[in-house]
Amino acid sequence: MAAAAESRVTVIQPPRGWGSINLRELWEFREILYFLVWRDVKIRYKQTAIGAAWVLLQPLLTATIFTVVFGRFAGLPSGGVPYAVMVYAGLLPWFVFANALTFSTRSIVENQALVTKVYVPRLFLPLVAVLAGLVDFLIGGVFLVGLMAWYGIVPPLQALTLPLFVLFLVVTAVAVTLWLSALNVRYRDVQYTVPFLTQAWLFATPVAYSALVFPESVRTWIGLNPMAGVVQGFRWALLGDEAGGVGAQVLLSAAIVLVLLVGGIAYFRRVERSFADVV
Amino acid sequence: MSSEPTVVSVEGLRKRYRLGQLEPYRALRDVLAGALAAPARLLRRDASGPQAREVVWALDGVSFELGQGEVLGLIGANGAGKSTLLKVLSRITAPTEGRVVIRGRVGSLLEVGTGFHPELTGRENIYLNGAILGMRKTEIDRRFDEIVEFSGIARFLDTPVKRFSSGMQVRLAFSVAAHLEPEILLVDEVLAVGDAEFQRKCLGKMHDVTRQGRTVIFVSHNLAAVRSLCSRALLLDKGRLLFDGDTDGAIERYLGRGGGREAAVVEGERLEERVAKRRLYGSEPLFRCTRIAVLDEEGLPTSSFRSDEEIRVAVDYTVLRRVPSFRILVTLTDGNQVPVLRTETIDEVEGPVTLDPGSYRSEVVIPRGLFGDAQLDLNVSLIAEVNQVIDYAGVVMLDVHFAGHGSNTRGKAYLRPQLPWQTRAAAPSAADQPGVERA
Repeated sequence: MAAAAESRVTVIQPPRGWGSINLRELWEFREILYFLVWRDVKIRYKQTAIGAAWVLLQPLLTATIFTVVFGRFAGLPSGGVPYAVMVYAGLLPWFVFANALTFSTRSIVENQALVTKVYVPRLFLPLVAVLAGLVDFLIGGVFLVGLMAWYGIVPPLQALTLPLFVLFLVVTAVAVTLWLSALNVRYRDVQYTVPFLTQAWLFATPVAYSALVFPESVRTWIGLNPMAGVVQGFRWALLGDEAGGVGAQVLLSAAIVLVLLVGGIAYFRRVERSFADVV
Repeated sequence: MSSEPTVVSVEGLRKRYRLGQLEPYRALRDVLAGALAAPARLLRRDASGPQAREVVWALDGVSFELGQGEVLGLIGANGAGKSTLLKVLSRITAPTEGRVVIRGRVGSLLEVGTGFHPELTGRENIYLNGAILGMRKTEIDRRFDEIVEFSGIARFLDTPVKRFSSGMQVRLAFSVAAHLEPEILLVDEVLAVGDAEFQRKCLGKMHDVTRQGRTVIFVSHNLAAVRSLCSRALLLDKGRLLFDGDTDGAIERYLGRGGGREAAVVEGERLEERVAKRRLYGSEPLFRCTRIAVLDEEGLPTSSFRSDEEIRVAVDYTVLRRVPSFRILVTLTDGNQVPVLRTETIDEVEGPVTLDPGSYRSEVVIPRGLFGDAQLDLNVSLIAEVNQVIDYAGVVMLDVHFAGHGSNTRGKAYLRPQLPWQTRAAAPSAADQPGVERA
């Protein structure tokens, strides 16, 4: 072994105050992150009988129901695009977020051995669950392209900004699940509240309906809900901005996400120290 | 302790657990209930404060330094803080006070097969587990064939691990762990799993590792393994460092101190918990057992012995009504409940022993020089023919360490007495060779 070459010094001390993030350490452990995401993806597709089909079926059925109920029966506006496309463009990021809530919240409790028997940066655990969900997103994205082609919709030039909104989605999911996963270690009931939280959040976000249903005077403020900013951003990138004001909504959401993320990291790093003793 | 450069330096390490933290987790409703109860708690705030009672120091001021290439054993009774120390060194849990500086790549092996997933194949699990243990992908690629060969499961490499027998899973997991190449290796009791053959293989691998000049910290209850692997050992007791020095000295001190002194005297509730069978024909109990103790030659309670020490078993009991025929049966069993030794109060008496009401103590001395390295369970039965029987099982676990006869230190057998041997030439053709006699 090249002992001298790789001589790394580790100092272990009692943690003080609020934790900050150790980027160098995260980088050193990056291969574990890769392997854990790879594991989660493999398992997710191995255990189900029809594998990838679920990833399509779930948003597809939901989109159909929303289109029929909100588009047909309630006759809500969709801003000039087919209602189904508008809904599906919102459901695509939403399902990534909803799955992240479900899987990430339980991630630390479920990976007990990784917390109590080895040292892996614990921040990875909620992150892995979010990243593994992106494979679903890719499959669903291919379907969306097909759906838009079917309706003859040509994406506008700003579709090139889509990767930014995917990043925004991931950061939003991570910011929220840092809180939930850490809280779930101490208060195991958190994971039981997640289904209700997800459902309420879905209807509070313009997924099943367009932001046009809000009066113009309050429309900016829907950005207080970070997922509203994500969904609006996706729709703007893919379908254009019929209603206007997306920029302000996205900026507001981004600000909220930043606060949630910084607070989430600090909280997570603080309680992380006792994970091994509590889990 | 060594002229080699220091690679691990531990200074005044302390780790506190609140008793509440030892509970697995809290539900929100408990927190709410706690908030409701809080005003009441404020009212009856006692002077001593709840803090003092709810705190346990799992490590209480541990300091030591370790040079490169040293193989250090950690010994001590359950709850002494050995595993907590390893967890702090592996950064799994944070210390409350103190400071540790480690130079070099640390690999910790607190469990074999961490992160194994039953749905993944053997091949996939090798990569996953290797990465989790801290191996780089290129490192796993390079050693993949070696790992597979060591495990002996080459044929099932692409089968999901859930179809493996548990033995195969352990073998695969250990093979990955065995190919870990950190500069500093922390190992906790992993040798305690698997069958005897697997344990031998593990020990062999550990010997190889220590010979490669790697720095190792090794925790085990298996004192024979510690003795054969480690040149230096720390003895921990209730989070404190009692001894730091050569392995034999540490083991001597551990046994001399009577490791598990409390465990060697069983009475009251703890005795009740060990009742395996209670048969009461007739109305009321005729006798009551009050205390069972394992003592050394000086009458001090202990559960760890060297094979050249006497083991005394004392049973205290109260006879409530005249018992016409009473006896006590003491059995030592191995881990599989196979009796290794049995003795009875009436072995040397003719006819029934009649006892009048009163308190009694029956004590038996198990002579020195009988056992090898052995862990034996003490079982005691009190029998009043033909009416009443109480069986106590696993009352005390006895840890016997072979002390060696002369230069012979191989002691892995239940019985390892010193018996007279004679060796002489047998065949006529060899008749002129000198006979050797040894007693």
